[in-house]
Amino acid sequence: MSLDKDQVQHIAMLARLKLSDAELVQSVEKLSRIVDFVDQLAAADTDGVVPMAHPLDAAQRLRPDVVTDSNERDRFQQNSAAVADGLYLVPKVIE
Amino acid sequence: MRAGWEVVIGLEVHTQLATSSKIFSGASTAYGAEPNTQACLVDLGYPGVLPVLNKEVVRMATLFGLAVNATVARRSVFARKNYFYPDLPKGYQISQLELPIVEHGEMMIFDADGNEKRIGITRAHLEEDAGKSIHEGLEDKSGIDLNRAGTPLLEIVSEPDLRSAKEAVAYLRKIHTIVRYLGISDGNMQEGSFRCDANVSVRPAGQKELGTRAELKNLNSFRFIEKAINFEIERQIDLIEDGGKVVQETRLYDSVKDETRSMRSKEEANDYRYFPDPDLLPVEITDEYIEAQRATMPELPDAKQQRFVNDYELKVDDAVILAASRPLADYFEAVVSATDAKAQFAANWVIGDLMGALNRDSKDIEDSHISAVELAGLVNRIHDNSISGKIAKQVFDAMWDGEGSADQVIDAKGLKQITDSSAIEVVVDKVIAANPSQVAEYQAGKGKLIGFFVGKVMQETKGQANPGQVNKILKDKLKA
Amino acid sequence: MMELYTQTLNELSLGLEHGDFTSVELTQALLARIAAHNEKLNAFVTITSDEALAAAERADDARAKGRAGILNGLPIVHKDIFCTRGIKTSCGSRMLDNFISPYDATVVEKLAAAGAVVLGKANMDEFAMGSSNETSFYGAVKNPWDLSCSPGGSSGGSSAAVAARFTPAATGTDTGGSIRQPAALTGTVGIKPTYGRVSRYGMVAFASSLDQAGVITRTAEDAARLLGVMAGFDERDSTSIDQAVPDYTAEIGKSIKGLRVGIVRQHFDAGLDEQTGVRVKEAIAVLESMGATAIEVNLPNIDLSVPTYYVVAPAECSSNLSRFDGVRFGYRAENPEDLLDLYCRSRGEGFGDEVKRRIMTGAYVLSAGYYDAYYLKAQQVRALIADDFKKAFADVDVIAGPTVPAPAFKLGDKVDDPIQMYLNDIYTIGANLAGLPAISIPCGFVNELPVGLHLVGAHFAEASLLRAAHQYQQQTDFHRACPEGFQ
Repeated sequence: MSLDKDQVQHIAMLARLKLSDAELVQSVEKLSRIVDFVDQLAAADTDGVVPMAHPLDAAQRLRPDVVTDSNERDRFQQNSAAVADGLYLVPKVIE
Repeated sequence: MRAGWEVVIGLEVHTQLATSSKIFSGASTAYGAEPNTQACLVDLGYPGVLPVLNKEVVRMATLFGLAVNATVARRSVFARKNYFYPDLPKGYQISQLELPIVEHGEMMIFDADGNEKRIGITRAHLEEDAGKSIHEGLEDKSGIDLNRAGTPLLEIVSEPDLRSAKEAVAYLRKIHTIVRYLGISDGNMQEGSFRCDANVSVRPAGQKELGTRAELKNLNSFRFIEKAINFEIERQIDLIEDGGKVVQETRLYDSVKDETRSMRSKEEANDYRYFPDPDLLPVEITDEYIEAQRATMPELPDAKQQRFVNDYELKVDDAVILAASRPLADYFEAVVSATDAKAQFAANWVIGDLMGALNRDSKDIEDSHISAVELAGLVNRIHDNSISGKIAKQVFDAMWDGEGSADQVIDAKGLKQITDSSAIEVVVDKVIAANPSQVAEYQAGKGKLIGFFVGKVMQETKGQANPGQVNKILKDKLKA
Repeated sequence: MMELYTQTLNELSLGLEHGDFTSVELTQALLARIAAHNEKLNAFVTITSDEALAAAERADDARAKGRAGILNGLPIVHKDIFCTRGIKTSCGSRMLDNFISPYDATVVEKLAAAGAVVLGKANMDEFAMGSSNETSFYGAVKNPWDLSCSPGGSSGGSSAAVAARFTPAATGTDTGGSIRQPAALTGTVGIKPTYGRVSRYGMVAFASSLDQAGVITRTAEDAARLLGVMAGFDERDSTSIDQAVPDYTAEIGKSIKGLRVGIVRQHFDAGLDEQTGVRVKEAIAVLESMGATAIEVNLPNIDLSVPTYYVVAPAECSSNLSRFDGVRFGYRAENPEDLLDLYCRSRGEGFGDEVKRRIMTGAYVLSAGYYDAYYLKAQQVRALIADDFKKAFADVDVIAGPTVPAPAFKLGDKVDDPIQMYLNDIYTIGANLAGLPAISIPCGFVNELPVGLHLVGAHFAEASLLRAAHQYQQQTDFHRACPEGFQ
């Protein structure tokens, strides 16, 4: 296995995913296979190759600084499970 | 500073850019709206929506780059900084990492000895602000307001070139001045438009490698920044001298207790997994664009200050004060252009009485009760001897209280200076006659008593007699 | 008259124009057919009968007033990845099972503006992650050609619905083959345009630098008609390209004489099912008989396309899917203990296995210490692959080969082996990595299951692909074959 339980647990935490024990075991196995599979990239000769982030060679377009959106809070919050006084609610954030 | 130690400080300034709409959406950036009424689908991170970059932020970052003599990148790239926090709707912040829009800048400040010192500016990059968590009145919950999410920020990162809290504040003030001069930020610290984090470390004097640094957060006024850094310096030196070690961590400044304390909750191993944002393409800027922006640059504080010293012959300290704010400098120049008095004399009035009144009433120069032309009117009356400096203060107060122009106040209150020698002589004679014993003492050699007689004359004339003339006539008459 | 459901968009359009039937009649007929047969296939997440009939009425009205758009009154189905205002947009996930989109995707807007009538939202692999439609929260879609087989994925609901004659056309999205592979496995036409040709605004993102919207139809002619409406610049998508859209329907009529068809040796290697290879070679021979020339081309790095993809796509998806946190929309875990619990359980319970796996793969390849070895390396290999294509297109107009290594596989066959599943996209992924347009068209059968011919073009060469496909369909009738039980 190229990944162990601790590593997968750490990744799951980074990604904020709760895994059951069974899911964890399965993830160790399957993620290890995926990692082994993508490891074949290591053999490619990429010396001096500029990494490609976009399929097309284009530059960012800029939009004019104009306010185009107005208040639609009530409509948007129809999708929200917990709101009060226009605020989205979460368990207390401890700073 | 404690002997034997050197302090190393680097600052990260987050300045909110003064755009109308957000960096990647068309929602308003106006401050103080009802929660979530200025958070559109892009700001809320809805499924399927995409960011489009605001043209103004590129212009503003370019201006800043030019102002600090930096390289404005012909190609810069946005990256995603991934972490989960309720005020971060997408679970990532769009920022710039490897190719920021501004790099390799510099700024001059004055160090403790009054010498000019160069502070390097590593980079300035564009990014989006997060929303706010609200805890008051919600018991076991927090409320999330995403109005601020997506507000454009320019994060300005200095080199670790600062060596004291005072230098740090001098640097910050200068950045603050520049962004307001350029009109790219309102610099409002109360509203969070200008925030600062400080990386502070200490090392024994002469040591080459840097000490372990602590990052101070939540520094939202110049005064607190200085206090927080000083507290942190002492804490770190104490710790090391007691055999301890500084831990690399984030510390929060508590202005009530005047101390910094560890923010352990933020300390869990952060792994931001930066990568180029595939929703945004590289920002490309041409030389022509940069030159066009350069042509719109206003005169910057350093140049203005120099000009005030050279052209107006102002004292350097006064030039520094007046050039520190563009509206103040403009006000001052408007006064100068409307008066025949020397510029330094006008400067004294602006810096003294006017700024005093503004401070007392917590007003900005833009909200001054007395316009530059009105102040010039007052200065002119002093200059042409219509009123004395002392009366002028009285006139100034009346003008501040809305009683009209200098001339109107002088007329209405009959404050015009008495310059008629015969009229003054009448009063002088009266005073001499009324105080025979003092006259005798004066004539016996107690020259200091001249002040007593001047006072009496001024009292009799309600301050309106020309003091120079009074002095001269008194001396002549008392000689006899 | 031919049954309405058997007709193509083009045929239906003529019927509507001639007044042979109304859009309301057409819509009713298709809704009835869906109601009768969908249970067998599970092709829909949502059937929008009321909205469809209302839209059909408006279309008939517009026609009566002489204001008929190019798709006026014509039926379409949207993959449930496109945001549709006021209608559930689930993306095949429990995470969005309760999500009513407050806005329309650009693609949805454009098709509606042209008069299209939306019959419903098609089932799909969860967040478009899958090649079999088995990762959907709503259960697998079945292949109309063999109900025990997969219709492919992730646009499996779209492909099954078109193949089963529920609709003449459906939208899809393609990140690694998600339009073309299901099209191949169901005997339909599927086109993925050039990256940036169609707006991604309102399309729930899987991997932003690879995702592209397209269509599944039964003929290249219909695909040309729809693509002409969908394509074009969108100021809301920074990656959409501001370039004029050709009249694809005019382009497809031209001859393919002189068309240079590239053949890549690796596409016919050991991994390819023999009979599938035979069908594809026969199809290439048909193109040659029509005046095209076959030329061997070399894509030296193409074998690395799948591993490259399985670094790049998970990396982008891990970040794109971070917004699903239970706070503003979507699934929220009950009674969270604290903030961390809210996040971890909302996401742990809201996402299915494959999605979680890809999010974790992505988080891993971007994490400190692994970024260079995986993510950066993959971006470099991606550049090599794109460059290979660029060189190849200096010599040829299209590259032809199989869309998929074998015909439709049994449901359940590959679910336990992610790598086997991933390799189903081995021939299609290259086009996504390089941002190239590509099309799959039916080119025969193996064991009574359809086989797809894959054509890839240079950037913005959609017209060439559609023309080759249309001309091929003038010579063949594989696209007219209808699965048993759905005639």
